[in-house]
Amino acid sequence: MSLLDFLRARPKNTANIARERLRIIVAQERVARGGPDYLPLLRGELLAVIRKYVNVDPDAVQINLERDGEHEVLELSVALPEGPTKAAGRA
Amino acid sequence: MTEIIVVTSGKGGVGKTTTSASLATGLAQRGHKVAVIDFDVGLRNLDLIMGCERRVVYDFVNVIHNEATLKQALIRDKRHDNLYVLAASQTRDKDALTQEGVERVLDELAKEGFEFIVCDSPAGIEKGAHLAMYFADRAVVVVNPEVSSVRDSDRILGLLSSKTRRAERGNDAMPQHLLLTRYNPVRVEAGEMMSVQDVEEILGIPVLGVIPESENVLAASNAGVPVIHDAGSIAGQAYADAVARLLGEDIELRFVDAPKKGFFKRMFGT
Repeated sequence: MSLLDFLRARPKNTANIARERLRIIVAQERVARGGPDYLPLLRGELLAVIRKYVNVDPDAVQINLERDGEHEVLELSVALPEGPTKAAGRA
Repeated sequence: MTEIIVVTSGKGGVGKTTTSASLATGLAQRGHKVAVIDFDVGLRNLDLIMGCERRVVYDFVNVIHNEATLKQALIRDKRHDNLYVLAASQTRDKDALTQEGVERVLDELAKEGFEFIVCDSPAGIEKGAHLAMYFADRAVVVVNPEVSSVRDSDRILGLLSSKTRRAERGNDAMPQHLLLTRYNPVRVEAGEMMSVQDVEEILGIPVLGVIPESENVLAASNAGVPVIHDAGSIAGQAYADAVARLLGEDIELRFVDAPKKGFFKRMFGT
């Protein structure tokens, strides 16, 4: 860093910003790539079935596919609403 | 034994054709029999970079459609008689390539005793790019130290490990190499450009070479002489190093550090 550079406004370290942004997006896209194409559809249909009985939020169903050595674990989590549940679509 | 090497990137304009031309030339300089094929049907440019554009009579598509023999379409390099170029068609579109046709041409090249076949992929992830990588034994992924190029390259890595013959047959993963181009060590040091280590870490594949940004690259393409011939230029030397590594030699990276400034420059800048 020269004296003149020091006196000038120092630019931000944009290389670090690029690296951090790429780390996040690449990690996200790799997860999506590893999974089978049917996951979003499966999530949609499961949500429809669950909503026949419980009035849950569209974001309440999370599906994750994880690899654990030789096994694949399909993890499904449904956040149920608080308070007494009411059947939404059925009598 | 024939080795098929795809030079690919996803993003356009990062230096795939420049790299294909120099790697193929470098392998030929080392005495190997090499063919370099342009898969960019409709937008051919390898012939210009190799300096043989006026000698193209028949092309890759003609051979696939049996309008010419492979022998008629292969253009022998002016400088190395063990180096041949197979140009892309300029008039057809990318659907003119078929998987069976590409396989037949590659098999025929193997029978002719070619040791290396370098496949210069078009940009994008469509048919031409797919066929360029489909039969490959190894991949050289050309990347600029810039966000869109790195992201697109990661997408290509995903395709290399799923949409190739090797992947479909369940063979071992295809060796993939990172080749960084347009690298500017001064800007890296200033924090304006991602470093080799940054890109290597994000993509997770080993570095085959780092080609410094150099005016000689444009001069070489202007003249139609692959930059590896310019042994006085750092870009030419960096490509020669990459060829050596491709052949299994263990060579340290060069031209990745900014030149040291003297005391005077340190005080008063450039």
